[in-house]
Amino acid sequence: MKEELFVSGRAIPNIDPYLNIWHWQIPVYLFLGGLAAGLLFFAALYTLLGKEKQMPTAVKWATFLVPPALVLGLLSLFLDLKHKMFFWQLYTVIRLESPMSWGAWTLLIITPISILWSMMFLRELLEAWKGKDGKPAPMAVWSLKFLEKNQWIEQFIQWLVKYRKVLAWLMIYYGLILGIYTGILLSAFNARPLWNTSLLGPLFLVSGLSTAAATIMWMSKDHLERSTISRIDLMLIGIELFLIVHLFMGFLASSAVQIEAASLFLGGPYTVMFWVFVVFMGLILPAILETLELLGYKIPVMIPAILILFGGLVFRFVMVEAGQITRYLY
Amino acid sequence: MRYAMAIDTKKCVGCSDCVVACQTENDVPIGFCRDWIVEVMDGSYPNLEMELRSERCNHCDNAPCVRCCPTGASHIEEGGVVKVKKHRCIGCGACIQSCPYDARYSHPEGYVDKCTFCYHRLVKGEKPACVSVCPTKCMYFGDLDDENSDVSIALRNRKHKVLAPEAGTKPHIFYLI
Ligand code: SF4
Ligand code: SF4
Repeated sequence: MKEELFVSGRAIPNIDPYLNIWHWQIPVYLFLGGLAAGLLFFAALYTLLGKEKQMPTAVKWATFLVPPALVLGLLSLFLDLKHKMFFWQLYTVIRLESPMSWGAWTLLIITPISILWSMMFLRELLEAWKGKDGKPAPMAVWSLKFLEKNQWIEQFIQWLVKYRKVLAWLMIYYGLILGIYTGILLSAFNARPLWNTSLLGPLFLVSGLSTAAATIMWMSKDHLERSTISRIDLMLIGIELFLIVHLFMGFLASSAVQIEAASLFLGGPYTVMFWVFVVFMGLILPAILETLELLGYKIPVMIPAILILFGGLVFRFVMVEAGQITRYLY
Repeated sequence: MRYAMAIDTKKCVGCSDCVVACQTENDVPIGFCRDWIVEVMDGSYPNLEMELRSERCNHCDNAPCVRCCPTGASHIEEGGVVKVKKHRCIGCGACIQSCPYDARYSHPEGYVDKCTFCYHRLVKGEKPACVSVCPTKCMYFGDLDDENSDVSIALRNRKHKVLAPEAGTKPHIFYLI
């Protein structure tokens, strides 16, 4: 029997709990980042395909969620920092070797882009905004008046509309970077064997796209749009399942530390969390429900959408938590 | 110049003097430490073998903690010493996640702290505090490029190992076995 004991150091109570340095903030940040990346991607994709009319939720309405998601994401990243007053140091250098650095810069670029994008549809949103009594909401009336008075805003928006394809290309590009980044942030750490696999980038990207698809489905009132997105989502779920199987095949064929990491999910403490909440409830069950709905059964679209979003969130929590307890020594 | 340390696991008695010396020398807050003792029991009864190791940052050549730092707070000083600039550190924890030896901790003031090989002593030509207090004189410190330094001689004469070489970090704390 092999035994390893500590007589000091790790027995000092203030350090060990602190080594699990990342708590809820990081998974929330990764979740919101992935969601925002996916929403921008779909909006840009359907704009470039010339399907703005057929896919109004994907192109317009869902993108109003992006700026708040990104701001909340950045806020939770900020809450995670322990030396908060020095936050600005992030933006004094670009360190390409550090995923955290280019993630921070990507967010700095993509947040204004997403704000510009939703500005284009502001007037339409305000015009459609009705109070409970069916009359235009007072807030909307006031804002529209404000727009009337400030013609330059209107002109700026016209200018944006003219160049929206450029914005769309930027959104595809930075959206994909952001989506992949949420996985690479973790996979760059060789010291945490569970994270140290290049599959994590694509896996987080696809999962982010799937949560975005679920959101669009949930918001959409158009049957055709819903079924298009639902088909795409089914495909994304398929890819996700495939990547997950490969993830574990890769671990089990790898070194001792990675086999140990995989065992956390194969009989270890995270087994139920992962296979029941993430894989079954977050992927397989919504896929079944979506298929039934496409076949014509009446299923409120809210149910698969919530399951996917919840599964995506739990997935990030599990990966961040479990990854931190995998290590090389003791 | 390349600083390194060799620690004799056959001589170390696990007294923790190095731990206390470091805490005192570097004002490490109570409840934290930059070096620690690990006692490893190996084998099966009655054929047991024990190894005592004083561990700390390995001042790796291929340091993942420096690579992943978004601000450049973690950096490499002359002689390969890995240090943290506390006024650049934002406390993101990336470097803590990236270290296979768990050699870093979050200081109560928010920045990340770790062993510096007592850099402030090295520039004065002194040895790190842990090395100079060790009652069994089991630690050898010096410049690997100088073949007459304590550490070069120790490594030349004894079998040695590093911890978790498979992590690929090229650590520079050697254990004489
Ligand atoms: S031991 Fe850890 S903290 Fe020290 S240089 Fe290597 S990776 Fe960095
Ligand atoms: S905690 Fe500080 S030293 Fe470590 S990676 Fe973040 S900014 Fe760099």
